[in-house]
Amino acid sequence: MRIPCPFCGPRDINEFAYSGDATLTRPADGEDMHDYVYLRDNLAGVHKEHWYHAAGCHAWLTVTRNVSTHEILDAALAHGATS
Amino acid sequence: MRYSLTSLIAQTLSGHTGWKPQWRDAAPKADYDIVIVGGGGHGLATAYYLAKEYGLKNIAVLEKSWIGSGNVGRNTTIIRSNYLLSGNIPLYEFSLKLWEGLEQDFNYNAMVSQRGVLNLFHSDGQRDAYARRGNMMRLNGADAELLDRDGVKALYPFLNFDAARFPIQGGLLQRRGGTVRHDAVAWGFARGASDRGVDVIQNCEVTGFDIVGGRVAGVTTTRGNIRAKKVGIAVAGSSSRVAAMAGLRLPIESHVLQAFVSEGLKPVIPGVITFGAGHFYISQSDKGGLVFGGDIDGYNSYAQRGNLPVVEDVCEGGMALMPSIGRARMLRNWGGLVDMSMDGSPIIDRTPVDGLYLNAGWCYGGFKATPGSGFAFAHLLAKDAPHPTATALRLDRFLSGRILDEKGQGAQPNLH
Repeated sequence: MRIPCPFCGPRDINEFAYSGDATLTRPADGEDMHDYVYLRDNLAGVHKEHWYHAAGCHAWLTVTRNVSTHEILDAALAHGATS
Repeated sequence: MRYSLTSLIAQTLSGHTGWKPQWRDAAPKADYDIVIVGGGGHGLATAYYLAKEYGLKNIAVLEKSWIGSGNVGRNTTIIRSNYLLSGNIPLYEFSLKLWEGLEQDFNYNAMVSQRGVLNLFHSDGQRDAYARRGNMMRLNGADAELLDRDGVKALYPFLNFDAARFPIQGGLLQRRGGTVRHDAVAWGFARGASDRGVDVIQNCEVTGFDIVGGRVAGVTTTRGNIRAKKVGIAVAGSSSRVAAMAGLRLPIESHVLQAFVSEGLKPVIPGVITFGAGHFYISQSDKGGLVFGGDIDGYNSYAQRGNLPVVEDVCEGGMALMPSIGRARMLRNWGGLVDMSMDGSPIIDRTPVDGLYLNAGWCYGGFKATPGSGFAFAHLLAKDAPHPTATALRLDRFLSGRILDEKGQGAQPNLH
């Protein structure tokens, strides 16, 4: 897999660190955190997920990837994204 | 006895045309007392022990593909019970004891070989951690032996003891650990269950659950609707997808774990060795191939194949540990779906749907647990109460705070 980093262009997956489902929304302080921390939809097919370009530009990305085929459909900056 | 030298000679002379199928290729009936979703090792073992230990009849195992097509035929065949936490060790140790008597129990040659599992350590801190782990194992009735450098050298003189970065200081040895012929485990349990009246139904994919008033009443499948009083899910990497059909979200992510086999070599590695300074483990199959593996790839996947960075990482680990394998060629590699739980430990429990039970979250280590998991899941299905060795493997432990995080990594499935 190669991720098309908006700053660095297509880069090897080895340069990135994975941080899971990007569609989760952190609850407000004081609300129940259990579902946010522990439960995942974990479905096959298209998956939005966070990757960190650790060995590159240090940007956090929201990557859209098909987890059934490993095809990467999109990579955008996570900063400023709503989900 | 079904197989003997006499039967082999007779079949040889008649061109091997007379071998009979080992289990019935059952068609689904309309009604069962218990339906197990998933005909992998754990599902088949569950059905086997339900029939044999709990005397239940009218059971079906539904497999979407063919028996042995999933992780039971994709793993690296290692058995062990070298865990750290008191909530985990009892089940794995129970499972190891079942392995020790399994071939006699289901009358099948599963080639259980207690050749020893050795975890190497390379620093003082790691030695202390392994000493603690060994003590925990012994407190829970498992065997563990802390070897110093000379002790390891006597077993495996060819390891890279004086590597500048990761010199081998010793290892934690579990002599009762070893390897098992994995396909034979699926076949043995399938035959044993089938002989006791269990319907082992292949090419029958569950497409939904029939839930009436919060209670499971049956399943819909690609081969028609099946009514059931109780349903058990044992589908490893597909756990979240199957549970979603019952309206459940699980504390699980599906990841890909790769495994590797080299070309066949003369006997060189008598046991199982794990590298302590990287993620690499290796054993040698009876056919001579070096069987090895390492980390999961680290991202959600349903692809049943991995990527090259892990191949490189695993091979680097191998070269650091035993440079002598550098000239062996890698013959093949493959990937399997693993159900990574949020604390790295499994779940054998009821679900919020009455009559629906879950066996999942085995991460990359489900094979060794096959008999114990099946026995404990059968107990849960039969008695509606957890088996004494599985009382900590609760689905709600993430809510109650009683998590079983062997590594202390937190809710990061790709790091367990």
